[in-house]
Amino acid sequence: MNKIFARPESLKDAETFYCAGCGHGIAHRLVAEVIDEFGIREKTVGIAPVGCAVFAYDYWNFDVTESAHGRCPAVATGIKRSRPELIVFTYQGDGDLAAIGTAEIIHAANRSENITVIFINNGIYGMTGGQMAPTTLLGQKTATTPSGRSLRRDGFPLKISEMIAVLPGARYIERVSLHSPQEIIRAKKAIKKAFGLQLENKGFSMVEVLSPCPVGWGVKPQDALRWVEKEMASYYPIGVIKGY
Amino acid sequence: MQNKKILMTGNDACAEGAILAGCRFYAGYPITPQNEIPAYMSKRMDEVGGVFIQAESELAAINMVFGASVAGARAMTSSSSPGISLKQEGISYLAGCELPAVIVNVVRGGPGLGNIAGAQSDYFQATKGGGHGDYHSIVLAPASAQEMMDFTALSFDLADEYRTPVIVLSDGILGQMMEPVLVNDHMRARHFKKDWVLDGCRNRPPRLIRSLYMAEGALEKLNDRLQSRYDTIKEKEVRFEIDYKDSELFLVAYGSAARIAKGAVESLRRAGHKAGLIRPVTLWPFPCQIIEKLARGPCKFFVIEMSAGQMVEDVRLAVNNDEQVSFYGRTGGGIPDDNEIINIAKGLLKHE
Repeated sequence: MNKIFARPESLKDAETFYCAGCGHGIAHRLVAEVIDEFGIREKTVGIAPVGCAVFAYDYWNFDVTESAHGRCPAVATGIKRSRPELIVFTYQGDGDLAAIGTAEIIHAANRSENITVIFINNGIYGMTGGQMAPTTLLGQKTATTPSGRSLRRDGFPLKISEMIAVLPGARYIERVSLHSPQEIIRAKKAIKKAFGLQLENKGFSMVEVLSPCPVGWGVKPQDALRWVEKEMASYYPIGVIKGY
Repeated sequence: MQNKKILMTGNDACAEGAILAGCRFYAGYPITPQNEIPAYMSKRMDEVGGVFIQAESELAAINMVFGASVAGARAMTSSSSPGISLKQEGISYLAGCELPAVIVNVVRGGPGLGNIAGAQSDYFQATKGGGHGDYHSIVLAPASAQEMMDFTALSFDLADEYRTPVIVLSDGILGQMMEPVLVNDHMRARHFKKDWVLDGCRNRPPRLIRSLYMAEGALEKLNDRLQSRYDTIKEKEVRFEIDYKDSELFLVAYGSAARIAKGAVESLRRAGHKAGLIRPVTLWPFPCQIIEKLARGPCKFFVIEMSAGQMVEDVRLAVNNDEQVSFYGRTGGGIPDDNEIINIAKGLLKHE
């Protein structure tokens, strides 16, 4: 019998610690599938952020380093410039990339570092207990916006992908979502394109992944998917922001 | 450039020392009085096929160095006091991840923005950890342009040998001052086997570099490993210089202050006083054993610093008798006056 579905070699045979309905497991797998398909597992270095995905190294079956919170693009710069033959990617959450690490991501993009960035936007700080993220939607309740994110107090949800897209160094920016199988297939295509551009030495690419965090949002997994589709995707439109 | 005597600033000598030691990655951010280092590196890295990056911040610079070290490169950053404060996060991560790197601090007056004059007020930060967590960096204190070169080169070997950040604690005077520097052959890059580098998992299991240890007892294990490494460093890497072992009064000073103290000691000797000099070369590990040993005799210690008194605490700990230890310091970029040092020293010698 032909095997038509198996665990990618780039994924370890391990059970994730992520909550039921979390998007990280899917995003990890998409990255692993793409790395397998390009046959680059043995020359890939991943950079795990601070946040739930810090444990990504327990699941990915290739070299991984941690980074200080928000500094993944600087760490990636140091690795890639020292060993340009490696395939280097960061995997960052919204707090990591769009709050504490804003300077690092913008300048890595502006230098057009030949790296790939997987940006998981779930609109919340998951690991620390569900605080407001820079990407939390207006009115969204979190541990630090108990009556909903207020424009006056907290400012606007940050569309950092659109910000980065205006930089000439940013070569390819796409926003995808994990809320349906169809969207997951599109997400994989975008991730594959981003890694492919690095293989062709085209410079900085980033895929923003709208991802559910049911526990952080205090909703059921199915409702979390609907929230991604209806609420998140209407503020953060899915699609190519900057095409290559 | 080898085996020649060249007139160089301390900062240029430091940068060339790094190149000679095989440093092929530099990231930094402008701040006075260390700007000659990135300027020199921006030119030399191109010549030797290395990487120079002017980072967007001190935070980015130290984390680029982190990345380069992860990939196995000999990597360095430099800055001056306020910038070094920003790098503390990265230095703590380097220590926690057991990564080698060299950090040069061309110290200026503080606190805050301070001024751009030479100072020694970052001693606590450099020698006591500086960032969060139980860790130490090896700290070397040059006192000449020659030592800016030699000690920077040595730092890379120490960093690789012990998989630890190493700090070269210089100051604005040493950085800016020009002196003849002998560029030696012996400063060739030493090679260390790095079986932890992330270079792709070909023919080996995947590797991981981390400082997060959540399992019960795991972080304590890391700390035990670090502490036992620090014990080895304390045992093997203490460096100091001593002039006139028979002295009744030992001036204790490092870096620029040691240059001034050395002059004062020579004047005192010429006037028939039994004064000597202890110059710590490694500030961490601190040469406490020699001070402890000498303190058992009837001698006194006179600590001179360009700070309000930081290294003096380590001297007091080693001597363990406050009556034997005196201090003279200048702050905010002030330079210790040799006549004042001589007068205080004479007063201390009189009480013998």
